[in-house]
Amino acid sequence: MRVLIPGIAGSIGRLVAMRLKQGGHEIAGVDRRPWHGAAELGIEVHEVDIRKRAAEEVFRRFRPDAVVHMATVTHLTARSEDRYRINLYGTRAVFEHCHTYGAKRCLFVGRHTYYGAAADTPLYHPEEDPPMAVSTFPELGDLVAADLYAGTALWRYPAMDTLVLRLCYTLGPTLSGTLASFLRGKYVPMVLGFDPLFQFMHDHDAARAIVTALERGERGVWNVAGPPPMPLSTIVRRAGRTALPVAEPLLRFAMGRFGLPKLPRGAVTHIKFPVVIDDARFRAQAAWAPEHDAEATLDAFRRAAPL
Amino acid sequence: MGLLHDPEVAERVERLELPFGPDGFDPWGVSKRDLVRWMSVLAWAYRHWFQVTTEGVAQIPARGRAMLVGNHSGGVAIDGAMVIASMLLEPEPPRLAQGMAEKFIAGLPFGSLIGRMGHLTGLPEHAERLLRDDRLLMVFPEGARGTAKLYWERDTLVDFGTGFMRLALATGAPIVPFAVVGGGEAFPTVMNLVKLGKLLGIPYLPVTAYLAPVPRRVPISIHYGEPIRFEGTGREEDEVIMERVEVVKQRVAALYADGARRRRSR
Repeated sequence: MRVLIPGIAGSIGRLVAMRLKQGGHEIAGVDRRPWHGAAELGIEVHEVDIRKRAAEEVFRRFRPDAVVHMATVTHLTARSEDRYRINLYGTRAVFEHCHTYGAKRCLFVGRHTYYGAAADTPLYHPEEDPPMAVSTFPELGDLVAADLYAGTALWRYPAMDTLVLRLCYTLGPTLSGTLASFLRGKYVPMVLGFDPLFQFMHDHDAARAIVTALERGERGVWNVAGPPPMPLSTIVRRAGRTALPVAEPLLRFAMGRFGLPKLPRGAVTHIKFPVVIDDARFRAQAAWAPEHDAEATLDAFRRAAPL
Repeated sequence: MGLLHDPEVAERVERLELPFGPDGFDPWGVSKRDLVRWMSVLAWAYRHWFQVTTEGVAQIPARGRAMLVGNHSGGVAIDGAMVIASMLLEPEPPRLAQGMAEKFIAGLPFGSLIGRMGHLTGLPEHAERLLRDDRLLMVFPEGARGTAKLYWERDTLVDFGTGFMRLALATGAPIVPFAVVGGGEAFPTVMNLVKLGKLLGIPYLPVTAYLAPVPRRVPISIHYGEPIRFEGTGREEDEVIMERVEVVKQRVAALYADGARRRRSR
């Protein structure tokens, strides 16, 4: 299969590309960021913006059978105007090019934070739950919109198989992603009196899930998670860090100061309340299960990020 | 140790038939460690402070989904706490009764931590999923109106909600009716301060006859009745549901009347 990966230079993008390559697929990627060493692996990477004409040219020449769209910006520090444009216009461009140049499958990699965290949201969201993140964490609005937009391809392009995956946090050797960044320092801030359940999966399991979905997943929207969730305080301790419970008003003030990570306002809600998804449907239809349990995943993180 | 570690409680927690992982958490975040700690406190209150007597424990299904449905009283849900303690301490094998907490609780600091003991925010999604997980759900269909009963209303039942019946029908869970007698005397509420409660982020602040928000040392008894099984889908018309709710309410009222009569004659 010829697979094109917009957003290939990200950590999970690279793992997906290498895994697909090992599986005998032909791989090309598009990313604004470079991936030095991709050529040696036999992977062609085009350093272009997904929204630009040059990216369409890659679709025209490479004629992918399948596309894995990972070119969404999640760094909340990125200027939001720029992020909105990349995430929304970029996603539109990917689906249009897929349609125009005859891709048979297009997979959008989204995030479980779509469902949002609040005191009154249930644990174990099924896929049909509404995207409460727009109210609990407004800064994630563009990612929610991109996810919903990707889902519209299911009816707009019925001849193409569209899959939308909502992945929980990833953790492990790449040290990339929201949770890994949050756990990076010696002290990890928590909101005093709150200890939400967190769901995470090993970086390699995330890549495996994407590859599995691409190779044998059915069209539709799927939650993808790893081992059962754990309280944040346990994750912090098992990652070899020290939890620093701070009263909420103080925490909002201290974020970005005293060596604590800088987080947008909505992020505080996401360390107060859980976002836990039900991934039973994906496991059943794709015959998939994570290979790494919580312990192995946290060990991998701890080894990669010693203090 | 001591009050926070009752060896019998620890042994019974160990025998709970729940899928605890290697870290001692089940998929809902119920923590073995926290269970031992706080159930030890509840067990002390159960045995020594309220000297609870429990009848009809044999009615509780040993495993599989079931719903405990009973009366509320006494300002701060002492009844719920004692039902939870009785389910851990009395039946063989022990069971974890999981309550549905008022929504405001999860928003309070330390409030959501009752989730470590299995008590999740009262959402239909949680209740249904717990039952499908073959858990033992504890329901007070009178809701917050039940705990708001004043001392002289302690022998009465206010209207039952109907959600629990639809849930029981949809999941095929048997309903075990129960009555807690003595809760209203243990926490004799004479007034509920609604405005002050709102300021504190809670529905109301109960005030006892002696002002201090401490339960009195009075005996409590819990009476479990025979499980009732209803056939249906949960999508029946309101009138059908109301009739069945009334059946459960009457059973709870009968268990209560019987328990209260025997308490007076003691």
